[in-house]
Amino acid sequence: MIAADLAPLAVVLPFLGAAVTFLLLRHSRAQRAVSITTLSITLLIEVVMLLAAPSAGTHAVRLGGWAPPFGIVLVVDQFSALMLVVSSAVSLAVLIYAAGQGMADGDEDGPVSIFHPTYLILVAGVSNAFLTGDLFNLYVGFEILLTASYVLMTLGGTAPRIRAGVTYVVVSVVSSMLFLIAIAMIYGATGTVNMADLAVKLESVDPATQLVLHLMLLVAFGIKAAVFPLSFWLPDSYPTAPAPVTAVFAGLLTKVGVYAMVRVETLLFPGDRINTLLMVVALLTMIVGILGALAQSDLKRLLSFTLVSHIGYMVFGLAISTRIGLGAAVYYVAHHITVQTSLFLVTGLIERRGGTANMDRLGGLAKLSPLLGILFFLPAMNLAGIPPFSGFLGKLGLIQAGVELGTPLAYVLVAGGVLTSLLTLLVMARVWNRAFWRSPADAEDPDPILLASKADGSSVGTSRHVTGEETGKFAGKDPVTLLPGTMTGPTIGLVALGLALTLLAGPLFTLSDDAAQEMLDRTPYIEAVLGVGADG
Amino acid sequence: MTVDITLIVLMAVFFAAGIYLLLERSLTRVLLGLILLGNGANILLLSMSGGGGKSPLYVSGTPAEDYTDSLPQALILTAIVITFAVTAFMLGIIYRSWVLGRQDDVQDDPEDRRVADQPSYDYEDDADIAADTTEFSDDGSAPEPAGTSASGGDRADRPEDTP
Repeated sequence: MIAADLAPLAVVLPFLGAAVTFLLLRHSRAQRAVSITTLSITLLIEVVMLLAAPSAGTHAVRLGGWAPPFGIVLVVDQFSALMLVVSSAVSLAVLIYAAGQGMADGDEDGPVSIFHPTYLILVAGVSNAFLTGDLFNLYVGFEILLTASYVLMTLGGTAPRIRAGVTYVVVSVVSSMLFLIAIAMIYGATGTVNMADLAVKLESVDPATQLVLHLMLLVAFGIKAAVFPLSFWLPDSYPTAPAPVTAVFAGLLTKVGVYAMVRVETLLFPGDRINTLLMVVALLTMIVGILGALAQSDLKRLLSFTLVSHIGYMVFGLAISTRIGLGAAVYYVAHHITVQTSLFLVTGLIERRGGTANMDRLGGLAKLSPLLGILFFLPAMNLAGIPPFSGFLGKLGLIQAGVELGTPLAYVLVAGGVLTSLLTLLVMARVWNRAFWRSPADAEDPDPILLASKADGSSVGTSRHVTGEETGKFAGKDPVTLLPGTMTGPTIGLVALGLALTLLAGPLFTLSDDAAQEMLDRTPYIEAVLGVGADG
Repeated sequence: MTVDITLIVLMAVFFAAGIYLLLERSLTRVLLGLILLGNGANILLLSMSGGGGKSPLYVSGTPAEDYTDSLPQALILTAIVITFAVTAFMLGIIYRSWVLGRQDDVQDDPEDRRVADQPSYDYEDDADIAADTTEFSDDGSAPEPAGTSASGGDRADRPEDTP
């Protein structure tokens, strides 16, 4: 019995929690307690697994005692253990934030009672996708998390959410179909869906067939990861969902796609056959994404575009596919999950405090709420990659890997990475100047909430063009706590986690470097699943 | 491996019709397209278990290679259940869309249109900056309120912050 044998619990516990919260549909307080407890225990188990991972090496858990390649295996290596811990920490913070939002607004009952079970199923699906060592089980994991995400995306069933939900569901289903077709073709070519077994058997498949299978999988995962030509759906659908839902989607769902791409590139189809293509795609993702962000004024859409843009950095590291490049990509994924989620959570707070997430209509938030200013400023600078922060360290590793590779395309990619970093800084500076620094009265058509509290309500009359419905969702709901501690608390926690990634950068970089080496070697993974001496 | 040509032709027809329907703007047709695509993928999976005529169940004395491969059938079952759930959810969304707006079409994103229509001139970014941007002046005169120095005529009606 070693720590990695606990791996199935990371999937089973959230499912059990989901079942219990379903039974407690009418008791929202009990629901909150159950779901928060479940996720805390899951996180604890995963931390134990992560701490044990470097010494234990890659470990496979056989479900139901079936010997691979016939049964399903869960594989814990350093990469999957790290992803599990980061994803669970982030989802726990978002869950507390969402529960806090519910308590602050006093919606004790209503359709949101479905939120907790669905959210836990989403977490279970994400954990399953990170752990599984079986291609078809990966498909099932994707479907679990996607189906849960369809429900969360259309929560409440308002017209804008239904509109966004349709795009999202159709695109996701098409990508799942592509994945399923790829699985069928791979099974036809090799007669197995076990990933370690595939790693051995695919080598003897005809190279042209290999290329077809490889590209099919990459397109399917590329849609989920929102890599440039396939990223059109993301800024269209994410921003309309409730703030906590957008935050967890932005942090986790695209990264599951990136994780699957990493596994495909390192385990199933090693070698640099399509690395040039990946480099071009990474460059385009970074540049096009950030240019899109520059044009936006709605904060949630703007952040969705920066999300797409920064996926490019991870593909960058994957395309370099040296030990240092892959290690930096692993670190960057952990960094980006944390930072992007905290930015979306802060946006939710901004929307509460300022009445809108459109930065043209915001102003003076730094003065109205210095805490909000700090909470936005730290992750924003972190995302842009200002030196002491983890974003800088991740980008530095990527640039180092690019320079080390030394091909002309790698240098172009390095230049593109630096440019994207600068443009991210520009985007964040625009948000800062508008939403935080200028006087609220300079904002175009500001929400009354923004002006009302300036001087105990005496300047309410100065707002222009205000109609009844523009008083925001808090109209007639008095008194409302604008920034309850239950919402700022988890946000502070996540921002602090983002800072901790800087403080712990030494051990973390060692870990991600080892994880990269493990993945490039391939033998630890294959031997852990199939037994020693199986490869070759 | 032998493959049944009827299944392959059927799969091709399903895929072709599915993709055609998927490109329509009507949501119901998109849904039908998704169902056809899903069935096409399932047929593809099924045809990967080899040709017909093999033993599906245990018969004593049959050599191992004369049994049909049962794993693709297990995969199809899972895939069918998933497609079923997604279809049900899509129907729910389509119905909701019909209830809300009496429409069955894929809608444009209004925010997309707004961003596309906005002029390239941006007041906050592109307005002329006053020569002296500091609010702290040495000569003791009242500092010019930030913003008004750079504002155009349309913002002159803005009330002053000073009491």
